[in-house]
Amino acid sequence: MEENFKVIDNYLMVRMPEEVDHHKSVYISKTADEYIMKEGVGNVVFDFEDTRFMDSSGIGIIIGRYKKISYFGGKVFAINTDMRIRRTLMICGLHKVIEIME
Amino acid sequence: METGHRMENGMRNNTMLKNEMHLTFDAVSVNEAFARIAVAAFVTPLNPTVEEISDIKTAVSEAVTNAIIHGYDPEYENDNLSEERHQIYMHCLIEEDVLQVEVKDTGKGIENIEQAMEPLFTTKPEMDRSGMGFAFMEAFMDDLEVISAPGMGTTVQMKKKLGTTSWIRQED
Repeated sequence: MEENFKVIDNYLMVRMPEEVDHHKSVYISKTADEYIMKEGVGNVVFDFEDTRFMDSSGIGIIIGRYKKISYFGGKVFAINTDMRIRRTLMICGLHKVIEIME
Repeated sequence: METGHRMENGMRNNTMLKNEMHLTFDAVSVNEAFARIAVAAFVTPLNPTVEEISDIKTAVSEAVTNAIIHGYDPEYENDNLSEERHQIYMHCLIEEDVLQVEVKDTGKGIENIEQAMEPLFTTKPEMDRSGMGFAFMEAFMDDLEVISAPGMGTTVQMKKKLGTTSWIRQED
């Protein structure tokens, strides 16, 4: 599953799984943090291309990483979000702190 | 009524008017997916839209996740030295075009339900919990009731009327 994490320049790319729930979120958060610490990346990009389901655990992943990197001026992006994912993110007001792209 | 077309499709014959399901499963995170998919499959005779299925799956996922993380909180369990396997009990009922889902645990219960239901309130920020669980259940279902007391477990009852396309709760 490590191939879902890739560092490009100053960006950590995280390919989100088909279903983002509590069961999957523990591993994603932990691994993303390891990359942030080890590689010292400034920004994180969450790619939702494969994602068909997300509950509030996905919000937790994003907020958690945002807190870590925004302290050093880093940015968080959510890309390839479908209508459903965008709606979930916007209910929580995440569009105010992260960049959401279709 | 918007549900009219369902009658024409023959979806609402007598056998479909009422349907019930009881499920008991272990409180482990791998069962979160199982629970929401089971409810999604159960509701198919009502001919739900993709949107409705998605709403139901999210709400069920939140309720079951809560039971696993908070209901059977390992920190609390250690105090009681209990070795038994923890289980979550789920009861689903379809009556006409309304789905009812009940998710029940026998865990530690909630001290302050009002506070627990506040958006962004969480007792586990260190676990990356967003505190949006109950808010999502409220947003995606039509009705939400939480019955709980410390040490008495928690029961979450949700209702959703199918066939209303709007996902925002409509005031009567």
